[in-house]
Amino acid sequence: MADVAMNSANLAKSASRERAAALNALKFGDGLFKNLTLAAALTVLLILTGVIVSLVVGSLPALREFGFGFLFSSTWNPVSEKFGALAAISGTITTSIIAMVIAVPIGLGVAVFLTELCPQSLRRPIGVAIELLAGIPSIIYGIWGLFVFAPIVQQFVEPPLIALFGHVPLLSSAFAGPPYGIGTLTAGFVLAIMVLPFITSISRDVFNTVPPVLKEAAYGVGCTRWEVVRSVVMPYTRVGVIGGVMLGLGRALGETMAVTFVIGNAHKISSSLLAPGTTISATIANEFTEAEGDLYTSSLIALGLILFVITFAVLAAARLMLARLEKQKGA
Amino acid sequence: MTLYGNRRRSNALVMSLCYGATAFGLGFLALILGTLLVRGAQGLNLAVFTQMTPAPGNQGGLLNAIVGSLIMTILGVLIGTPLGMLAGAYMAEYGRYSRLTTLVRFINDILLSAPSIVIGLFVYEIMVAQMGHFSAIAGVVALALLVVPVVVRTTEDMLLLVPAPLREAASALGMPRSHVILKVAVRAARAGLITGVLLAIARVSGETAPLLFTSLNDQFFSTNLNAPMASLPIAIFQFALSPYKDWQQLAWTGALLITLAVLTLSIFARWLGASRTAP
Repeated sequence: MADVAMNSANLAKSASRERAAALNALKFGDGLFKNLTLAAALTVLLILTGVIVSLVVGSLPALREFGFGFLFSSTWNPVSEKFGALAAISGTITTSIIAMVIAVPIGLGVAVFLTELCPQSLRRPIGVAIELLAGIPSIIYGIWGLFVFAPIVQQFVEPPLIALFGHVPLLSSAFAGPPYGIGTLTAGFVLAIMVLPFITSISRDVFNTVPPVLKEAAYGVGCTRWEVVRSVVMPYTRVGVIGGVMLGLGRALGETMAVTFVIGNAHKISSSLLAPGTTISATIANEFTEAEGDLYTSSLIALGLILFVITFAVLAAARLMLARLEKQKGA
Repeated sequence: MTLYGNRRRSNALVMSLCYGATAFGLGFLALILGTLLVRGAQGLNLAVFTQMTPAPGNQGGLLNAIVGSLIMTILGVLIGTPLGMLAGAYMAEYGRYSRLTTLVRFINDILLSAPSIVIGLFVYEIMVAQMGHFSAIAGVVALALLVVPVVVRTTEDMLLLVPAPLREAASALGMPRSHVILKVAVRAARAGLITGVLLAIARVSGETAPLLFTSLNDQFFSTNLNAPMASLPIAIFQFALSPYKDWQQLAWTGALLITLAVLTLSIFARWLGASRTAP
């Protein structure tokens, strides 16, 4: 009897020991997993910090050499090692503005079409098609722009523009010069086509957040579609639309491949939109691997830093606006 | 009555502008895809998949570029996905209500649309400049850095869709937290997570800018990760800007291949996401 009792006590003791060991293992694994996920989340922060730090460190030689003058000089001379970012910055901003001027009204128009006019059965297919197009790599837009679009622009778009605006004061300088086909205007067009799907799909999503009751009430008192869009949909979604547009702007500012093919890569600021120019990303893409000397490389990295700061500001503003809309929707 | 007429007219005007915008926008996008299909298909033959990128004026294919793209994309996704999923799991599970999560989400959203060429510069600084030469592994890291934000985003979104009662039931049975997450929440959100990975693959497979000064290019077949490696986007970039007709044709064909791959992946991801959404 005593034997059995002792045996079972031993068994119980070893069982509880095993239990404790198993629980400890679980606890250890649990803690490990938690810390692993935490570390991964912190890595995301680390990536951004790393990007900023490495860009700043890389651009120090150029910034030390040229100081703030780097931002305001349009000289770009690899031979005499004199570099300034102004031509690239102005090209980046000009192409993005052209792109936005074209893409925003069209994108909003398509979004209105998709939410108010389109027959219900076509809404999903067209919406899906636009979202798929938003995922097409930008290099596709680039080579299409180079081989197909630029010759069309050169033959059919630029000559009429020159003829039309050539004698109008102020505008004549913006549309001066021979029609190259390749230049700031073409780059802006191609960018516009590239960001169009982004702007459309975001504005459509934003328009869909309007409670149907609001729209129905407006239709109920006899508003036309345009009045509903203008007086109900737009005011309700203003913040979100601006956020979406700025998201598109962020894409346009940093876009490389769609622009590099068609901008012409000339480091000068021209008053004419038809003349070749350059952008920050196109300059980096074209010259980085061939850059000789620390100062040249460092100047290109400094360009990257400027681009990052500009897009960071635009994207941060866009995200904050979209987040505000989200909160409004949740409330 | 004139007021009514004016309202009708302005409505008709704006609405027809919306129709016009749709026709214009969709027309251009259809034009791009149509041109791509026609020009790309002209050069589509077996040689594209079996021969190396040619010297100017010679016949050739894109084999080394295709293989290089596959290697770098797969490795990039293999590195980026676990990191992104773990971070997403933290944000949706452990730190759902913490300030850190809000910050990480904000930063991640910025990384999601940050210019990819800047990521390329970053990897150049930390890897290529340190190692002293361009290498495929640097390209892999650059692509992985682009995969992370996409996966973080979808993982968090998908895990947030899993209903809390599932987790509570598992916890009530005495499951440790990590098991609740891995065996219950992740399993319930599996389709969505796979969708995220597919979207990430689609995103990076056409990326050109970050590869320009990381993996560079290679005329020949190479699987050495420590040396420059060819990739489809870079081959397209190089060939499109060349004056040779053969090369330009290869650029179109390569562009068609990438577009088909990206579209297939996104359609598959969409189908998967739609057919098996989280319960």
